Amino acid sequence: MSIPTRHFDALIIGAGGAGLNAALQLASADVRVAVVSKVFPTRSHTVAAQGGVNAALANVLPDSWHWHMFDTVKGSDYLGDQDAIEFMCREAIPTVYELEHAGVPFSRLDNGKIYQRPFGGQSQNFGGDQAARTCAAADRTGHAILHTLYQQNIRSRTHFFDEFFALDLVRDAEGVICGALVLEIETGEPMLIEAKATLLATGGFGQVFRTTSNAHINTGDGVAMALRADIPLMDMEFFQFHPTGIAGKGMLITEGVRGEGGYLINKDGERFMERYAPRAKDLASRDVVSRAIVTEVKEGRGCGPNGDHVLLKVDHLGEDIISKRLPSIRESSKIFAGADPVREPIPVFPTAHYAMGGIPTDRFGRVAVPAGHGAEEIVPGLYAAGECACASVHGANRLGGNSLLDILVFGRLAGKNIIDYVRENPYQRTTDSASLEQAMSRLTRWEQKGEGIPVSQLRAEFRKCMEDHAGVFRTEEIMTEGYERLCELRERLPEVRLHDHSKVFNTARIEALELENMMDVGMSIAVSALKRQESRGAHSRPDYPDRDDQNWLKHSLYYREGDRMDYKPVRTKPLTVESFPPKERVY
Amino acid sequence: MKISVYRYNPDIDERPRMQDFEVEPFQGMMLRDALLEIKKQDESFSFRHSCGEGVCGSDAVNVNGRNMLACVTPVAELGRSIKVRPLPGRPIIRDLVVDMTQFYEQYRAVKPYLVRNDPLPEQEILQSPADRDKLDGLYECILCGCCSTACPSFWWNPEKFHGPAALLQSWRFLADSRDQATEERLDALTGPYKLFRCHTIMNCVEVCPKGLNPTRAIGHIKDLMLDKGI
Ligand SMILES: Cc1cc2nc3c(=O)[nH]c(=O)nc-3n(C[C@H](O)[C@H](O)[C@H](O)COP(=O)(O)OP(=O)(O)OC[C@H]3O[C@@H](n4cnc5c(N)ncnc54)[C@H](O)[C@@H]3O)c2cc1C
Ligand code: SF4
Ligand code: SF4
Ligand code: FES
Repeated sequence: MSIPTRHFDALIIGAGGAGLNAALQLASADVRVAVVSKVFPTRSHTVAAQGGVNAALANVLPDSWHWHMFDTVKGSDYLGDQDAIEFMCREAIPTVYELEHAGVPFSRLDNGKIYQRPFGGQSQNFGGDQAARTCAAADRTGHAILHTLYQQNIRSRTHFFDEFFALDLVRDAEGVICGALVLEIETGEPMLIEAKATLLATGGFGQVFRTTSNAHINTGDGVAMALRADIPLMDMEFFQFHPTGIAGKGMLITEGVRGEGGYLINKDGERFMERYAPRAKDLASRDVVSRAIVTEVKEGRGCGPNGDHVLLKVDHLGEDIISKRLPSIRESSKIFAGADPVREPIPVFPTAHYAMGGIPTDRFGRVAVPAGHGAEEIVPGLYAAGECACASVHGANRLGGNSLLDILVFGRLAGKNIIDYVRENPYQRTTDSASLEQAMSRLTRWEQKGEGIPVSQLRAEFRKCMEDHAGVFRTEEIMTEGYERLCELRERLPEVRLHDHSKVFNTARIEALELENMMDVGMSIAVSALKRQESRGAHSRPDYPDRDDQNWLKHSLYYREGDRMDYKPVRTKPLTVESFPPKERVY
Repeated sequence: MKISVYRYNPDIDERPRMQDFEVEPFQGMMLRDALLEIKKQDESFSFRHSCGEGVCGSDAVNVNGRNMLACVTPVAELGRSIKVRPLPGRPIIRDLVVDMTQFYEQYRAVKPYLVRNDPLPEQEILQSPADRDKLDGLYECILCGCCSTACPSFWWNPEKFHGPAALLQSWRFLADSRDQATEERLDALTGPYKLFRCHTIMNCVEVCPKGLNPTRAIGHIKDLMLDKGI
């Protein structure tokens, strides 16, 4: 097979915050780095992040990385790895300063320092008063960060492959991953990119659910590539439903709205969060608020003609604060909900938002999997960072503002580690022809012609199934039914046919490839969820309402082969401080 | 509801054509929803889109002669006849997908990144709220291209005139109290074209979906040049 081939020291798949921060480290160190992205970099979904990024700068209220660490461990419902969490909370501070130095237009306080707002699950002094830890650029923090990182990458002359779609990882004859097969979307031609180290930074996969805050492109391609490379996915049952999506649409209304003083009411005008979280109220952790909203609606206290949502009240903040601190939210609410928050409340309902699980990595961004039932082993040359990875800093539930932090800290660190790796492993490996052929078969499969199920039909059925069977509340019955239904859909996948076999900018073909990825990812969520018989963080089972540390204080690992599950222990020992032992989680 | 869209696939079509589709409208339907509906009927129809909420800048198109983002444009506001074409003046790749290479090159040409020569402080570089306010209306650009592809000067002199989007970003850094490359930035913009081809026709301001004002930014750069005697 003769396919055009390019060589780089490092290949980064994904140009969101994680990929770009890694690229910046590499390019600045004069390592030859290629960044592949299926969309132009600034169109990556990091651009949509609104509220901000956490760091204990103590600009507004007293703070320390140690309190941040406590909140994160508690927020994770004790499933997060405490060494990685300690590392992230310490690194948060220099990371945010570095971003500011790179040009991020953070909002400012009167003394010229970075503006910080309160977000859910934040406390001073290990569970005391509300903290203000989220560094914000109005309500466009993700946009500000992503554009700045892209800009600095322009300065560092990073090599970009924009609108190239990664199909699969490739290996050499010894089985070591040595790059990826990609598709140039504009020409429809494949290309092989060989590299000494490969970083997966492909972001989240909210598109597996019908109602989501995630973009059309968030289809889990990277995690599916890892699955196909026999790498298990970790903690996939933990998917965050953000409490405040625009009802019926799914677009996000940032937690920052509640941070600025907005609150939720039901049809009786009652501020119902006072009942569910007497202390933190509307700023309780996301899993808690989402369950409260769904419960209000289920028990008949929902708003609107169908009683299917609740209201987020903001008008009492006044037009000044709203247009200064929440300008985009005002715009979105007007456009998509037809409500100007200055005058009327915003109709909201939980929306599929964030994947806590993903490709298992260690604290250095290296992909690490248990070898048999023994200790963890590093997969040589393969790294993962960002929402597609699971370092595990979020455990069973992520705190608002901790994801931008995660992608930046671990993206940067993966970049730094790759620098060392390529210096120690200076020779390029050659792709094995069998591996390349297997990757190419992903393309040839879609050349099959004739009648069949359209991609859009199977995709719609699949996303609906995920929404109905793997949502906020999960029982054995609902999930078993969901699993069976997914198996059926998976069996129908080979019958799906493309009608459009043209080459130039064939988006139908891209969507077909994405559908395959999403279905693998959906299955990993369904199986991991079905198997976990407890309620922890975002995984909420009315038939097992309690957290069960005796049996379930462990990470799930899902293998694609035979839908097999395995488990590994949580790392409860931090780097330098005392461990936070599991406690009851109240807000 | 009838929607007419521009079709061209270089693999099979000799020349472009308009094709009509019948779409069932719903309450709150955006143009992107309608285009997705069309794609369901004919999967070979191609257009870019992603976030669905006006922040990624992927889905700028020309509707009835005006550039806009499909995902934040309610179809109800488009009148009875809806004709959707690719952004004007750019090479067409397929259907509504155009080649934006030159637009991105112009962006890169203005060195759109903060330059700091002083040693960096241990914490943040301080900036007063008033100085920070100067960046509002500038940094929010999503690089959608609505403005530049509506600018007559950009159509006529794309190699020489940077266009409104790039110049807006140039001013975004000139206006940043933290940036230390004012002289270089201004030097790079001298000459009859890069900046001065703007005839303040204001098309760019009219179409910007984020309500930004490149014309004013260009005016500020011109003023600054005069101030500095360049
Ligand atoms: C609406 C919204 C608001 C949010 N607000 C906040 C917030 O305020 N604070 C916070 O901390 N977190 C927030 N989050 C979460 C956070 O923004 C994301 O988790 C984070 O931005 C993910 O970054 P990433 O770099 O991992 O991936 P992304 O930014 O999603 O980037 C993924 C990249 O991978 C590329 N890619 C994917 N597949 C392929 C393929 N097959 N081939 C080639 N390229 C590919 C894409 O093109 C893209 O460049 C929010 C999320 C959403 C959806
Ligand atoms: S004002 Fe200047 S930049 Fe804007 S459209 Fe007119 S000529 Fe172009
Ligand atoms: S200035 Fe406005 S129209 Fe122009 S690229 Fe930026 S956001 Fe788009
Ligand atoms: S789809 Fe992102 S701006 Fe319209």
